[in-house]
Amino acid sequence: MAMDLKNAGFEGWRRENGRMGVRNHVIILPVDDLSNAACEAVANNIKGCMAIPHAYGRLQFGYDLELHFRTLIGTGCNPNVAGVVVIGIEPGWAGKIAEGIAASGKPVEFFGIEQHGDINTIARASHAAYRMVKHASKLKKVKAPLVELWVSTKCGESDTTSGLASCPTNGNAFDKLWENGNTLVFGETTELTGGEHLVAARCRTPEIRAGFQAMFDRYQRVVEANKTSDLSDSQPTKGNIEGGLTTIEEKALGNIQKIGKKCLVDGVLDKAEAPTHSGLWFMDSSSAAAEMVTLCGASGYAVHFFPTGQGNVIGNPIVPVIKISANPRTVRTMSEHIDVDVTGLLQKRMNMDDAGEALLDCMLRTAEGELTAAELLGHREFSLTRIYESA
Amino acid sequence: MTIHFVVHDEGDSVGVVVVEGLKAGQPLVGWIMDQDKMIEFTAVNDIPIGHKLAVRAIGKDDTIIKYGIDIGRAVANIGAGEHAHVHNVKTKRW
Repeated sequence: MAMDLKNAGFEGWRRENGRMGVRNHVIILPVDDLSNAACEAVANNIKGCMAIPHAYGRLQFGYDLELHFRTLIGTGCNPNVAGVVVIGIEPGWAGKIAEGIAASGKPVEFFGIEQHGDINTIARASHAAYRMVKHASKLKKVKAPLVELWVSTKCGESDTTSGLASCPTNGNAFDKLWENGNTLVFGETTELTGGEHLVAARCRTPEIRAGFQAMFDRYQRVVEANKTSDLSDSQPTKGNIEGGLTTIEEKALGNIQKIGKKCLVDGVLDKAEAPTHSGLWFMDSSSAAAEMVTLCGASGYAVHFFPTGQGNVIGNPIVPVIKISANPRTVRTMSEHIDVDVTGLLQKRMNMDDAGEALLDCMLRTAEGELTAAELLGHREFSLTRIYESA
Repeated sequence: MTIHFVVHDEGDSVGVVVVEGLKAGQPLVGWIMDQDKMIEFTAVNDIPIGHKLAVRAIGKDDTIIKYGIDIGRAVANIGAGEHAHVHNVKTKRW
């Protein structure tokens, strides 16, 4: 029997800005690579919080720096986060990020290492983390309608079974969520190459279509300016080719199955930008798994759908990532990574509606707290997108 | 009954092997998804799971159709039942 999405709901945490989260993380967020060690020490001192180390944040400038700030602020503002401790080498940029996060209303404190050293900074930040975890642990879950759940998608290590079954499963679920009025996003700009006309045709208005086309064309110019003859085995990837995908066009046509048959594109987003209304959004983004999921988290999405063919093992520190696979070899050899097995689709043992419902059922269980494969295995990939060289 | 390969659309020139260990000469059962039709075929090569076989003869420089859409061009003749992949199919982009 079809799931009644209008009357479906989930228990999660309602944040100060009204958004619903499905996890209750306290994060220790470095501004820059230099502050990773202090953040990891704080997370080791205080149980129930998590450091999110990353590689960047020094000598960036212009749009590249703006994106760095937007991604870190967005990550802190994500409704799966209850509170944030920000640490930077100096307090100026740490304060700027804390101020951005504080605008969402949630608890945030920031620290600079210079003139204190790591040890004193770790001590001060540990006291803050202690207070924040205590606060977070007291927050009660509340019931919310399903329409309040924001869901993102991006596939990875795709193969031909992705286009046949796991991406269409995602599409079936997205069609249902879109009709229900949920807030959704897809992206992977270069990975639409060969099927960009199909996405353009799905844009709701000429303005949205023009916005999408400008983003697509810009990214093509980046590829054209830097490509080698085979795109260095990166698009398709070595894993894609091993899985039977031959050309970017073939990969793109499989990828696009993720937006189903009914969804219209209701708007376009720049990287890590937050949507301003419900519906399906296209985000101009990298097709690398960890970068794209990191950007979705920074845009405020609370659950992620990740179809895979060959078995991409990605997770995210704050967003539960649900893996869907239709490849029987992957499900046999890497079962601990797969949340939703849709191999039955390829043997006509399962139909597409059943597969979509299985994914929605897993989504609801995940929203209520059931851990995903990536969470159980400790996958916390946090990868910041860079646009150009540091100064 | 085991389905050995799946074709998206009956206009497609290729299908996808969905079982492991497929051998040359093996009789194959295929499923055309969009029209929900079954077809029978014989594999010419050993073809790994996920890889494509030509479901009709494809000439050099012909467009390869999958999902009913252009996915690239043949750079060699590909006989019906043969393995179609990076050695005989290339992108038209980039």
